[in-house]
Amino acid sequence: MSSNARGGQTLRRLAPWLVWAAALGPLPWLVWLGVSGGLGANPIESLEHRTGHYALRLLIASLAITPLRRVSGWGWVVPHRRTLGLAAFAWATTHLLVYVGLDLVLDVGQFLEDLVKRTYITLGMLAVTLLLPLAVTSTKGWIKRLGGARWNRLHRLVYVAVVAALVHITWAVKKDLTWPVIYIAIVVVLFALRWRPRGASETVRTA
Amino acid sequence: MRSAREPRPRSVSRFQSPPSLRPAMLIRRPDPIPSSEITSETTYLNRRQFMGAAGALALAGVATPAVLEAARGPLGRGGAGQQEELTSEADATSYNNFYEFGTGKDDPKRNAGTLRPRPWSVQVDGLVKAPRRWDLDELLRGLAVGDHVYRHRCVEAWSMVIPWRGVLLRDVLNRVEPLPSAKFVEFTTLLDPSQMPGQRSPVLRWPYKEALRLDEARHPLALLATGMYGKTIPNQNGAPLRLVVPWKYGFKGIKSIVRIRLTDTMPNTTWNDAIPSEYGFYANVNPTVDHPRWSQAKERRIGEFLRRNTLMFNGYADQVGSLYAGMDLRKFY
Repeated sequence: MSSNARGGQTLRRLAPWLVWAAALGPLPWLVWLGVSGGLGANPIESLEHRTGHYALRLLIASLAITPLRRVSGWGWVVPHRRTLGLAAFAWATTHLLVYVGLDLVLDVGQFLEDLVKRTYITLGMLAVTLLLPLAVTSTKGWIKRLGGARWNRLHRLVYVAVVAALVHITWAVKKDLTWPVIYIAIVVVLFALRWRPRGASETVRTA
Repeated sequence: MRSAREPRPRSVSRFQSPPSLRPAMLIRRPDPIPSSEITSETTYLNRRQFMGAAGALALAGVATPAVLEAARGPLGRGGAGQQEELTSEADATSYNNFYEFGTGKDDPKRNAGTLRPRPWSVQVDGLVKAPRRWDLDELLRGLAVGDHVYRHRCVEAWSMVIPWRGVLLRDVLNRVEPLPSAKFVEFTTLLDPSQMPGQRSPVLRWPYKEALRLDEARHPLALLATGMYGKTIPNQNGAPLRLVVPWKYGFKGIKSIVRIRLTDTMPNTTWNDAIPSEYGFYANVNPTVDHPRWSQAKERRIGEFLRRNTLMFNGYADQVGSLYAGMDLRKFY
């Protein structure tokens, strides 16, 4: 534990900056790309893809916190989970707004048709919807109000959300499965680390 | 054709059948329509003059019906007399699906520098009078090169308007003389991972193949393009020779062709092999038949914000509808 604790010191000091950079960094980057023409010939499609990828990456990052704590023993990483989760929700919402607002230009009929007829859209919508109650109940007040056990149970919805999001992106790509496969592989590893057999030590050290 | 060395185009071809022919065409069987009937070459406008004229008129905020008509050219019915602008050359040469150079839209422009479009030969075989390998310049020598402004509709629901330069596919077919038994023409893209690094990935089965029914291939809208925007076609757009069939989804427009094979059985085609439920052999633009994962009713014209309605056969229904008379287009998508 002690060497980990020392090793974690630098990271611990940097962590808030890293987390905020991961959460909000894409925003000025997107603005810059938009202003400089860097979004290419089809900027709406580019925005859709980018916001979707950011949302999923942040969601995966938030899911990496618990395994990271278990592997490293760093308790201080845990509060950052909320920031990452909220950022994932914010980007997922942006993704949805770009789709409905810019791509469909508020064509409600088309949106409903997509939602009903195209399962990958249904699943994407499900993922965003499931993240909403998690975002709302992310405050200390809500944790108290719900009580730790109930809050934990509610927040297990994140597993459903990430699986829905993974199916959504896998289904959405035309043919090149490179990114979906990378995301799925990471999530599988994170789930495996999380669901170690009972009895295994909570704070296993890596070399 | 070697556009760098080629004299500028002789004409802007316009494919507009006389109104009297249109009803007849719709019920005619798909035997080829003589070009004399369908191609009116009354408009002899140098492309640059035409562009200049159109630009000047746009600046002045006025447009005479004649110039608008000329500007529409082979686009045909653009929808309620509304003029369709050319997609910017920068967009048309930087937003491409050409998986041989990567699956991202910006990959082809970045990676296609390794392609060597000359010298280039095209194997012509199968059911032709004399199967042989042609040097590309020899294959095209003496054929009429024309400029053709066509809509380009991708199966992904985006579209462009592109000024192609090239020869009629049927002129090339006439040169290689298909046997009477030939029913289909199959095209094959170069297979060479050293020139096409995307072929190192198994994302599609290489080499890329596409095919047309022979009567489709002989339609005067079908081109083998060697240029666009008045220049030699860039590598990322399918140099040195690509197919352009404007009433079909863009993936039918096979690029960097090295082989043309005539056959009597329907050939396999790459996207149809990859995902048969989503990409058919015909792949005619059809707003009423959705892709399983998205609607084809509308499209985003590159450079525009609002989606516009997709037109039947990409707006070329009057010209090509007769090819598919009596076919269930829901089944033969």
